[in-house]
Amino acid sequence: MVKFEIHDLNIWFASTQALKQVNLEIQANEILSVIGPSNSGKTTFLRTLNRLNDLNARFRMTGAVELERQDIRGINIEDLRRRIGMVFALPLPLPLSIFENVAYGIRVYGEKRKKVLGHKVEEALQQAYLWEEVKDRLDESAFKLSGGQQQRLCIARTLAVGPEVILFDEPCSGLDPISTAKVEDAMIKLKEKYTIVLVTNNVKQAARVGDRTAFFLSGELIELDKTEKIFTAPCDKRTDGYVRGEFG
Amino acid sequence: MRNSHRTQNIAFFFLLLATLLIIIPVGLIVVVIIQKGLPAINWQFVSDIPRQGMRTGGIFPAIVGTFYLVSGAILFALPIGLLAAIYLSEYAKENLLTRIIKLAIVNLAGVPSVVYGLFGLALFVVFLKFGASILAGSLTLGIMILPVIITTSREALESVPQSFREVSLSLGASKWQTIRHIVLPNAIPGILTGTILGLGRAAGETAPILFTVAAFYLPRLPKSIFDQAMALPYHLYVISTQVPNVDEKIRYGTAFVLLTLVLFMNLVAIIIRTKFRKKKKW
Repeated sequence: MVKFEIHDLNIWFASTQALKQVNLEIQANEILSVIGPSNSGKTTFLRTLNRLNDLNARFRMTGAVELERQDIRGINIEDLRRRIGMVFALPLPLPLSIFENVAYGIRVYGEKRKKVLGHKVEEALQQAYLWEEVKDRLDESAFKLSGGQQQRLCIARTLAVGPEVILFDEPCSGLDPISTAKVEDAMIKLKEKYTIVLVTNNVKQAARVGDRTAFFLSGELIELDKTEKIFTAPCDKRTDGYVRGEFG
Repeated sequence: MRNSHRTQNIAFFFLLLATLLIIIPVGLIVVVIIQKGLPAINWQFVSDIPRQGMRTGGIFPAIVGTFYLVSGAILFALPIGLLAAIYLSEYAKENLLTRIIKLAIVNLAGVPSVVYGLFGLALFVVFLKFGASILAGSLTLGIMILPVIITTSREALESVPQSFREVSLSLGASKWQTIRHIVLPNAIPGILTGTILGLGRAAGETAPILFTVAAFYLPRLPKSIFDQAMALPYHLYVISTQVPNVDEKIRYGTAFVLLTLVLFMNLVAIIIRTKFRKKKKW
């Protein structure tokens, strides 16, 4: 099933064009890795999907982004963001307790029953493989967790809202290899239930977890194919050069 | 080479001298006021009404009056200032209207306080027929401290990292929920600091209350917001210039109480700010 369809997407910030004529589809329950050097537009692309770019006053777009055949600009923006979760590059816990971080999204949706909140928080923390490590100290500040734990907390926080799609924006850029492995494991398990779009600067990470990989360069989608194909026999020379580390 | 070194030393000397010069007046004021005022301070002085044409007795009505005026000013200025700050920092788009509003705030901060007094007289006392009253004085002081409150609140709101807003929005919270649950709680210490600075300013000003509320001599306490009241800064002015033969001790005692009040408020603001900086988690 196709989750996202993107047609002729062009994006500008003021007069600088960040994305040029991007066309692609994202399948349900796949991990789509998005790779490319910095300033290639991959994060901009990601933030288009949950309309986070709209916060920037200079943002302008043409073309269409459809979630299950419905233009995302026609969906209530809070509902859209609830359906499309996002995990940011740096672990960004809110200045609240561990419990309240995960409960935040459910609370703002209006859930007040303690039992339901507790249940959902536990479920989300388990899915993010964090429950065992924090179950005895849910009331502590989220800032007391290690970087890797904080990032898994952010994943749990995103899961608690019950999204369909999860956008990962370089989720391991600040993490050590062990924490990175844990986050990657979580992602692979999560794709059974969720559609995942992973923007990463780490080409090897894309090779490890991505079902398909998209290569962006200077705002253009150069190539999108099965991950093995991108890493073994890409069609475009530039893709080949990038995955082999010739430029970055 | 040598020459530039010497120039630097000379420059350093003058910079240090200028900085040291700042300390001198502050130190002198505090020392003189304490030295001359402290002997007057006793329980009767802060709890009794002025007696014998304000030459003996206490300054209790002036303390109470200042307390009422400052409370009234905050009650008026804090909600309006905070809401305006939220609008400016979270909602306003960068356009002509916003620029005009910001310019107005800057200019409001620069208006001499005696002009506020005249404005208060014209608008609240005469036009709105509040008469010389606590209400008119509070509103006048409130308008005077609005820019302080708006500016510090805006800074406090804007210092909350943008990433927190993005996280909250990305979880499906509305803009208002994000402000209410994430931005405001983290800005409160900064807002509080600004409020207390405003309080200090409102407590110390004479000119805005001169025509709008201050009573020359009113030994009873005000009963409603439409009553006149005595106030510390104006009382100090009166006993220093309008009443002959007031003991120096009483004048400096009054100044001491006023200064203590204002410095105490500033101290509270500093403590809150320091605590906040230590607690800051990002």
